[in-house]
Amino acid sequence: MKISNLLSIAWRSISRNKLRTALTMLGIIIGVAAVIAMIAIGKGSQQSIESQIATMGSNMIMVRPTSNLEGGARMDNSSVQSLDEVDIVALKKNPHYINAVSPVIAMKGQVIYGSYNWSTTMQGVSPDFLLIRSWPLQQGIAFTDKDVKTASKVCLVGLTVAANLFPDGGNVVGKSIRFKKIPFKIIGILSKKGENSFGQDQDDMILTPITTVQKRILATTYYQSIYAAAIDAKSSDSASAEVEKILRKTHHLKENEDNDFTVRTQTELVNMLTSTSSILTILLTVIAGISLVVGGIGIMNIMYVSVTERTKEIGLRMAIGARGLDILIQFLIEAVLISITGGLIGVIIGISATKAVSYFMNWPTLISISSIYLSFLVCFITGVFFGYYPALKASRLDPIQALRYE
Amino acid sequence: MNIIVEIKNLKRVFTVGNEIVKALDDLSFTINSGEFITIMGSSGSGKTTLLNILGCLEEPTQGTYLLDGTNVSSLSKNELAALRNSKLGFVFQSYNLLSRTSAIENVELPLLYNNKFSASQRKQKCIQALEAVKLSDRAHHLPSQLSGGQQQRVAIARALVNDPVMILADEATGNLDSRTSYEIMLLLQDLNSQGKTIVFVTHEPDIATFSKRTITLKDGKIIKDIVNTNVSSAKEVLAKLPPINEELPL
Repeated sequence: MKISNLLSIAWRSISRNKLRTALTMLGIIIGVAAVIAMIAIGKGSQQSIESQIATMGSNMIMVRPTSNLEGGARMDNSSVQSLDEVDIVALKKNPHYINAVSPVIAMKGQVIYGSYNWSTTMQGVSPDFLLIRSWPLQQGIAFTDKDVKTASKVCLVGLTVAANLFPDGGNVVGKSIRFKKIPFKIIGILSKKGENSFGQDQDDMILTPITTVQKRILATTYYQSIYAAAIDAKSSDSASAEVEKILRKTHHLKENEDNDFTVRTQTELVNMLTSTSSILTILLTVIAGISLVVGGIGIMNIMYVSVTERTKEIGLRMAIGARGLDILIQFLIEAVLISITGGLIGVIIGISATKAVSYFMNWPTLISISSIYLSFLVCFITGVFFGYYPALKASRLDPIQALRYE
Repeated sequence: MNIIVEIKNLKRVFTVGNEIVKALDDLSFTINSGEFITIMGSSGSGKTTLLNILGCLEEPTQGTYLLDGTNVSSLSKNELAALRNSKLGFVFQSYNLLSRTSAIENVELPLLYNNKFSASQRKQKCIQALEAVKLSDRAHHLPSQLSGGQQQRVAIARALVNDPVMILADEATGNLDSRTSYEIMLLLQDLNSQGKTIVFVTHEPDIATFSKRTITLKDGKIIKDIVNTNVSSAKEVLAKLPPINEELPL
């Protein structure tokens, strides 16, 4: 028996009852369209979170001190002074997975220019910081290692700071502003970074050499945190392990002692932020998947009715030479044709619905090819699974009794 | 003359509850190619069971049945299906055409279960079969657009299309008025004169007069097997009928 013949037999059978076939397909169509749209919306929101985090600097690794017992008293994180220049030197010494290191000290304060003032954060950093955060300058030049060495009073301002201190515009570079009574010369303007995923304005910021903050303002030798960059996104875990290993050594920690610092990578941050959205995606996809199963049960129902209704036809086909297997395959193909065609229409509707959502509601969406393949596969399996029993029932009919059936 | 059917000591027994029913009790007969046989008998005489066995839809309890040289009793279900497909043609009382399917696609049905034919060969054979029943102009009509007689002719074309060694008809005129019945008998007589072997089951003695031989069953036994010396011609009978008055008086 040629499969092509059975295909044409099955095709003729389902096209004989167009309305019923279309209604049976509807369940599958809705199921597949829902699955595709849900996955696309979920993936889209995940991707938008990821790209927002990427603006904070890709491959970034953050080291912060952790609270530690000091003479029996547990201290607040910010008061712990465990990161210092020794760590920076060690990290810069032949690392395998790190290509930039910068200490960070941040402090809030009022910045003043002429009659304007603005509350902002000043961060003391080293020149590598711009590389770590992948943050180019819009105008001017960055400070150098020499500025760090001499603790020179220069700074780079973010766009928000510039806009608030210089509402009239004009040339910002070269102007002198005051922070904590110390005059800083603006040598460059940072390019726009926008809000980060926590809603903070990243452009509301002044960068200055780390030593300037340490020596001229705070009189400290410690850092609040250390930022580093992994050589690429893939090695961020190796880089984090390397940082940990080096810092344990410089902090003289014994094997049974806990770290007095924590190492965070961007990947962890991404995972943390996307976990909510991925749980939601899974939930919605499961609900959509249930509607796909309901659609499959619809197919089974119709196939059962169809087998009963077409008992006489089955008897005739057997009388003129169809084997049980031929009948089985015919009904199976009918079920699979309905589910696959329904799946195809569902994919088209799912994609259009996704486009409509992102167009009219401005939701980020991402249609993944794998979700299309997956829903197709599920359709095929649904067709075979729910079509098998009705088909088996048909193939086991006795031709004499089937022919006599009224 | 070729022997198409050879039946020896054929028995078919059904068990209904505790009772044993002998539907066919020790039948023996042969059918040669080119014969036109009617099988007569009242209901319960076993003619349907005999037709089912002749049609390879049912296997005998005892005895042998050779169809065109093949021993049917030794075949599996699938082999029986293949045998029905290649050697037999069925015509039923209620036509059994697929609804919403054109005449030519109905005729094509047996060929779809046979690997030997390509799509173009199938089409050619279907057209030939429809020509043989004089319905080639209705090839694309649906059964609902055809009269009862025309539907039965489509069914006969379907039985012819695979060039069977024998055509089995089960009360094929039972649902038709007498004029249309004679037209069908005329068609069958024509096919028989072209060499087709036909076995026709009926309970109407009137219909039996058109065949060359009549086997009469009673209680599962052959009580009469006579060669009809005076075959009536369906053509003449039709000619004698009063013409259809096209303008019937109200």
